[in-house]
Amino acid sequence: MKMPVTDPGVIARREQLATGLRAIVGAEWVISEESERAPYQCDGITAYMAMPLLVVLPASTDEIRRVLLFCKENGVKIVPRGSGTSLSGGALPVEDGILLGTARLCNILDVNPTERIARVQPGARNITVSEAASPHGLCYMPDPSSQIISTIGGNVAENAGGVHCLKYGVTSNHILGLEAVLMNGDVIHLGGNYLGAADGSLDLIGVLTGSEGLLAVITEITVRLVPKPETARVLSMSFPSVDTACHCVGAIIGSGIIPAGLEFMDRKVLDAVAPLIQETFDASTAALLICELDGCKSEVDALVQSVTAIAQKEGAIEVRASNSDAERERIWRSRKLAFAAIGKICRDYYCTDGTIPRNRLPDVLAKMAEFSKKYGLDYANCFHAGDGNLHPIIMYDSRKPGDLEKAEEFGADVLRTCVDVGGVLSGEHGIGVEKRDLMTHQFTTTDLEQQQTLRCAFDPTELLNPGKMFPTPCRCAEFGRMHVHNGQLRFPDVPRF
Amino acid sequence: MLSHIPQKLLDSNPDIALSSDIIGNCVHCGVCLSHCPTYTVLHNENDSPRGRIFLIKDMYETGGAPDSKTVEHLDRCLTCLACEAICPSGVEYSKLIGHAREYVEEHYKRSLWQRSVRSTLEILLPRPELFRLSLYAGKLGRPFRSLFSGTIRAMLDMVPKNPLPAIGKINKPGLYASPDQPATGQRKKRIALLTGCVQNTLDPAINDATVRLLNRHGVDVVVARGAGCCGAPAEHMGDEDKALPYVKANIDAWLREADSPEGLDAIVINASGCGTSVKAYGHVLRNDPAWAEKAARVSAMAKDITEFMTTIGLSKPVIETGQRVVYHSACSMQHGQRIVLPPKTLLREAGFEVLDVPEGYLCCGSAGTYNLLQPEIANQLKDRKLKNLKSVHAQIAASGNIGCITQLADEAGIPFVHTVELLDWATGGPIPPAMAKMAH
Repeated sequence: MKMPVTDPGVIARREQLATGLRAIVGAEWVISEESERAPYQCDGITAYMAMPLLVVLPASTDEIRRVLLFCKENGVKIVPRGSGTSLSGGALPVEDGILLGTARLCNILDVNPTERIARVQPGARNITVSEAASPHGLCYMPDPSSQIISTIGGNVAENAGGVHCLKYGVTSNHILGLEAVLMNGDVIHLGGNYLGAADGSLDLIGVLTGSEGLLAVITEITVRLVPKPETARVLSMSFPSVDTACHCVGAIIGSGIIPAGLEFMDRKVLDAVAPLIQETFDASTAALLICELDGCKSEVDALVQSVTAIAQKEGAIEVRASNSDAERERIWRSRKLAFAAIGKICRDYYCTDGTIPRNRLPDVLAKMAEFSKKYGLDYANCFHAGDGNLHPIIMYDSRKPGDLEKAEEFGADVLRTCVDVGGVLSGEHGIGVEKRDLMTHQFTTTDLEQQQTLRCAFDPTELLNPGKMFPTPCRCAEFGRMHVHNGQLRFPDVPRF
Repeated sequence: MLSHIPQKLLDSNPDIALSSDIIGNCVHCGVCLSHCPTYTVLHNENDSPRGRIFLIKDMYETGGAPDSKTVEHLDRCLTCLACEAICPSGVEYSKLIGHAREYVEEHYKRSLWQRSVRSTLEILLPRPELFRLSLYAGKLGRPFRSLFSGTIRAMLDMVPKNPLPAIGKINKPGLYASPDQPATGQRKKRIALLTGCVQNTLDPAINDATVRLLNRHGVDVVVARGAGCCGAPAEHMGDEDKALPYVKANIDAWLREADSPEGLDAIVINASGCGTSVKAYGHVLRNDPAWAEKAARVSAMAKDITEFMTTIGLSKPVIETGQRVVYHSACSMQHGQRIVLPPKTLLREAGFEVLDVPEGYLCCGSAGTYNLLQPEIANQLKDRKLKNLKSVHAQIAASGNIGCITQLADEAGIPFVHTVELLDWATGGPIPPAMAKMAH
């Protein structure tokens, strides 16, 4: 993985920089011993590691502001980090940069049931927001699988998704206000503490959500809370082929029903999960769909009937509907244990994350079988079918030389295919370093330049999370000046101030 | 997670070879951080299970003596095993940390002070007579507690404020037989009871209540001659060599009873910390051909008192209960032994209204000898637990582990009793002493 050139001068000044940072955040919150920095070398992807220069754990917006100014003065890079669960290497450290952790900023500041909002610090864990809202009958809907530990700050940075995002939307649909610190030390406030607070301004919340820590450090978030659904039922539907299951996904959505979740698991996943849940799956089952329907009871019961009828028409072998919360939990268990179960049948796996138009599911899944043969690596499929968000699980053995590289190439081929059929590189994990070099496959040079110009507007120093998202440095310095191409100004006719 | 532990180390040390496999199962997802008490209060990756797995990997990869920072973070682990219980990938953290502690004790030279504290605890805790004497000494020292800090102060704080309870009824080996005809009419059963070392000194009423409860349900109780401390105090501090004699003595004592003509239906333990330890005998001795099978047999027979009572069924309560009981599940109970429902179900069957503690997965800071060795962190966790415990406004608090009871009872503001004391009271025993005292 190619990363920006390391500045040995910064590394040589580690102790001096640590002293300066200790004066800001307190001695115990700057981690400088090598043995203690080591566990911070990677996030949720262990294939990529780098030793951070220092780990800094501030406790307030003001401390973050002063840390950023200090880093700007000293030319030190900054990699922001929540709980370190990124699956795209978003929090992968750089050797000449500090890792700025939000672990101490973990409080829920306010829950307001009248405005249906919660104001939280960036290090608050996703699930704690719903727990705090629960006594009011409310919840925070975006629910990435990592929700028990991933932080709201990280969720915003990666625009995290989750099972229920098909019906309720991803993180960006639930953020009402942000406080963030820019590299020049400015503290900006976007939106506010009620639903329409951001109306009438440029959608900068939308710009920061999914910006992967390249634009600013988010220090406070106001999220939207919604009423907890009154009831929910789950259907487990087995199909004789991957194709029929994929068609059923299209048929359900096409009928106008928006399930709370619609998940796909192939036979390999079912076989891996079976021993963990002490269940067997019919031999003729090639794929299983799990469909959750929520709302008020009469609505859910009617939807269960409609989806059952659609599934049967599409050739389902068996359709089972949950009749109690315990049954619902049991059906979900197979999906929730899927990744752990795969972990038990292979030494390592690599899971990537592309999104495609739903009607292209059968084509892309067929392509995966071809790639599997090409690279000689086994794979399994378990993904958010309703929104076409693929999570191919590529199995490999990290002890075998070259196996990881093959798995990465396999993943890259899948992602290129996603883009080729009109999809995108990431559904919810973000670009990070993992998909960075594939960005040129999805975006034209002009598209990428526009995105980079925006980045430079926020962080002209390019010190924030360098080496992530964009395959080349931004050259902000050039954007700042008059841009001269082939001896000619761009748009020479436009009058200038 | 991939590790590069030198082949020589893997070949020469089966514990490290096993550790390497376990490290391989960790996918670094971070779910364990959410349930880790030290990460919750310290916010440092190094004080989380995922961080410690990394430190352990590096320690073996580098070889030789670990640095003081690595040891500090490994020492801070409570071994509450909340991480292991929640890990989606089934990483056996308990084995990793256990082996790592042994490695630390073998390769790292602790300060003279640390060494003396540790060996004092190793000597005192497993020996009821000595422990009792030291508590008397502690009572003399208690008025001067403010002169001390750290471990000494924590030790003085642990000394009960009230007069030490008299030695209990279950104080020597022998048979504590049930009436000839069990009240519930089942076949008579026979079990061995681990009386525990610390528990029988600090609160002998627990064993008395346990025996009454079992006898009432037609169960003969044997306190096997030669059985004593389960070995956990030394084990917690990574000193396996000092733990093994206790382990082997217990195995011999219990198997002698199991192989006698009367036989044994179970080895019953009423301190979940000890229960976790006995259930791990099979693992501890797995590489010792002379002991592996015997140890596995003992571990298979070990049952927490609430597991055992669930299998034989609790008789109907004979008094009007209905009090609001907040049940504090010890880490060794819910995470170590994964016993979650049986104690609560039994309390409900006995007529109590059972409430859970918010953040119930977090350790109270007691954790064996932890509150003595890491008083600062232990106190933070204690305060957090007490706040959560008080938030549900219960009338009685119950738990299945003497360590937690000692840690929390003084400041809980309500009587803090062992689960069996409530079950015994409801089915015909006397009111638990802590409740009688509070009533006055």
